[in-house]
Amino acid sequence: MSGVLVVIEQRDGAIGRISWEAVAAGKFLGTKIGVDVGAAVIGAATESAAAQLSAKALAKVVRIEHALLAQYTSDGYSLALEQFIAQDKPEYVIFPHTYQVRDFVPALATRFGEMLISDVIAIADGPVFARQLLQGRLQGSYRHTGTGPCLVSVQAGAFRADALEAGSAQVSRFTPALDAAQIRTRPEPPFRGSEQTIDLGSAQLIVSVGRGIKDAENLPLVQELAKALGAELAASRPICDNGWLPMERQVGSSGQTVSPRLYLAVGISGAIQHLVGMKGAQCIAAINKDPDAPIFEVADYGIVGDLFEVVPALTEAVKAAKG
Amino acid sequence: MKIIVAIKQVPERDAQVRIDPVGKWIEELDVQFALNESDAYALEEALQLKEKHGGEVIVISAGPERAGQVIREALAKGADRGIHIEADDLGSRDALGVARLLAAAIQPENPDLVLAGLQSEDLGLGQTGVILAELLGFPHSSLILHVDVTAKGLKVKRELEEGWFQSIELPLPAVLAIQSGGNKLRYATLMGIKRAKTKEVRRASAGELGADASPVVILEGISLPQKQRSTQILPGSPKEASAALVEKLRFEARVL
Ligand SMILES: Cc1cc2nc3c(=O)[nH]c(=O)nc-3n(C[C@H](O)[C@H](O)[C@H](O)COP(=O)(O)OP(=O)(O)OC[C@H]3O[C@@H](n4cnc5c(N)ncnc54)[C@H](O)[C@@H]3O)c2cc1C
Ligand SMILES: Cc1cc2nc3c(=O)[nH]c(=O)nc-3n(C[C@H](O)[C@H](O)[C@H](O)COP(=O)(O)OP(=O)(O)OC[C@H]3O[C@@H](n4cnc5c(N)ncnc54)[C@H](O)[C@@H]3O)c2cc1C
Repeated sequence: MSGVLVVIEQRDGAIGRISWEAVAAGKFLGTKIGVDVGAAVIGAATESAAAQLSAKALAKVVRIEHALLAQYTSDGYSLALEQFIAQDKPEYVIFPHTYQVRDFVPALATRFGEMLISDVIAIADGPVFARQLLQGRLQGSYRHTGTGPCLVSVQAGAFRADALEAGSAQVSRFTPALDAAQIRTRPEPPFRGSEQTIDLGSAQLIVSVGRGIKDAENLPLVQELAKALGAELAASRPICDNGWLPMERQVGSSGQTVSPRLYLAVGISGAIQHLVGMKGAQCIAAINKDPDAPIFEVADYGIVGDLFEVVPALTEAVKAAKG
Repeated sequence: MKIIVAIKQVPERDAQVRIDPVGKWIEELDVQFALNESDAYALEEALQLKEKHGGEVIVISAGPERAGQVIREALAKGADRGIHIEADDLGSRDALGVARLLAAAIQPENPDLVLAGLQSEDLGLGQTGVILAELLGFPHSSLILHVDVTAKGLKVKRELEEGWFQSIELPLPAVLAIQSGGNKLRYATLMGIKRAKTKEVRRASAGELGADASPVVILEGISLPQKQRSTQILPGSPKEASAALVEKLRFEARVL
């Protein structure tokens, strides 16, 4: 076993940013332990993605291609990659932490008697892999002790893709042995959720509310603040899950991505799935009773206190300032 | 339909956590425990499927004595019986090891459907359900918000990134990892709590399940995240802090 293999995700030939970040993580690890780094792409038509990868400084690029891989299925992807890993014998396999990876890599790992070290945010000497625990309130250091390949997925934004060196990697093909009967699930084409009637994406001022609000009955408190500011109201996922606000107001990895001038987070802890949707805001302010809440890691301004006292005071202060 | 739901007991969301003196885990004595959020949604989906199609809902949890609490809570909400895998050594098992315990206890039950939560709120590896599917040899799908029973098996609604969804058909028996938010959660009624006391909870020890415990991944230590913040915390009473924030937003950040 040797080398680092990065398995990227492509859609119609397009490679997402998180996949490039996985390549960057693979290169970082490869340099650290002094081994070659290659990349692989899975699908029914992988030429375009492979061409983009081969323009980077990689030891090799592999097209894992088969007609039965046209649509993502856990069975198809696991079987194909299992066969390639068995042949290629990489010591580390790095993935972007996407929904697809969550869905099939744990099954793939199990076939090798291994486990995915998921959602990694940093790689230290050892190598030791850091990941968040308790929704970002603590951090854990993980070490691989198994005898098979070490599988790792990396969190969005944890590694920088823009520093990838250019190169010209050899492209090869791998054709897995697949049979339609081995694929047990039947996926249908993706569809959009509810009609979008609110364009949070272009809102300049956003007041966003989280589970700290405790009850739907208390929402008028933040609605008044939003009104005083002339801001749109948004929310973290649990607020929309509970049906307190419609899903189209949800900010985060499974909701909207916003980039307002001001994002004011009220009673939101700052889980990574929320942060990815709003860290592009020009200015972030947060109100939270917990001084250690992860939201304060990204906030420019913070008030540590009980939102039920702070929000009414802030509404008054805004009104006073506006005269 | 015979449905098994894997439920995990995790530290309560608002719990103040402290790292233990050896830096390996949190001080458990400080903490209240609760049912993991996505597991509550998995249980709700199971109870609704039973209401529509009949059958049995069995909850299973691996953990120390205190895990009995979440099993009783699930029974009070309407699950028919429980299986408690008593293990005090979960810290020395990785997700694969825990899934092996669960699989060993689930196999003899021959379920039609196994539901797990998508991800735990404490360790959050987000994979025990999928591993379980592989160990049981069942097809699976994850990030599921809704389940319909069809003539051929199941049709499920899977969440994709950025507000997209997808329907997937799969045959039974199957494993699904349930994402939060698909249903409205029920509360336990007084009657439910009373009835739960008479329901069966079978105890199995990790030892008798004979599952391999040697970990392939170890959690070497835990720490507080390195702060890289440059947050200006505005001090004072709510009124003072609010006035200061408005000042900053207007004249320093110039966003108002
Ligand atoms: C696959 C996946 C996708 C997800 N997608 C999203 C997404 O798109 N968007 C999203 O938001 N989440 C998403 N999540 C969920 C995410 O992981 C968190 O669970 C969620 O963001 C937490 O919401 P919250 O901060 O409102 O609640 P909590 O984490 O419960 O935080 C509540 C906060 O309120 C504070 N608080 C409580 N009472 C008060 C008070 N009186 N005054 C002041 N502060 C108070 C607490 O200190 C705490 O920090 C996703 C999760 C998964 C697994
Ligand atoms: C020092 C230490 C102490 C620990 N103590 C405990 C403990 O007291 N109790 C405990 O459960 N784990 C404990 N663990 C965690 C355990 O070792 C596994 O890592 C964990 O159970 C699986 O990983 P996860 O929590 O990331 O689950 P994920 O893969 O994120 O979980 C997904 C889903 O799998 C199911 N699931 C996961 N774990 C269980 C379980 N134990 N029983 C039933 N269903 C489950 C749930 O439906 C859950 O939503 C401890 C770990 C360490 C390091």
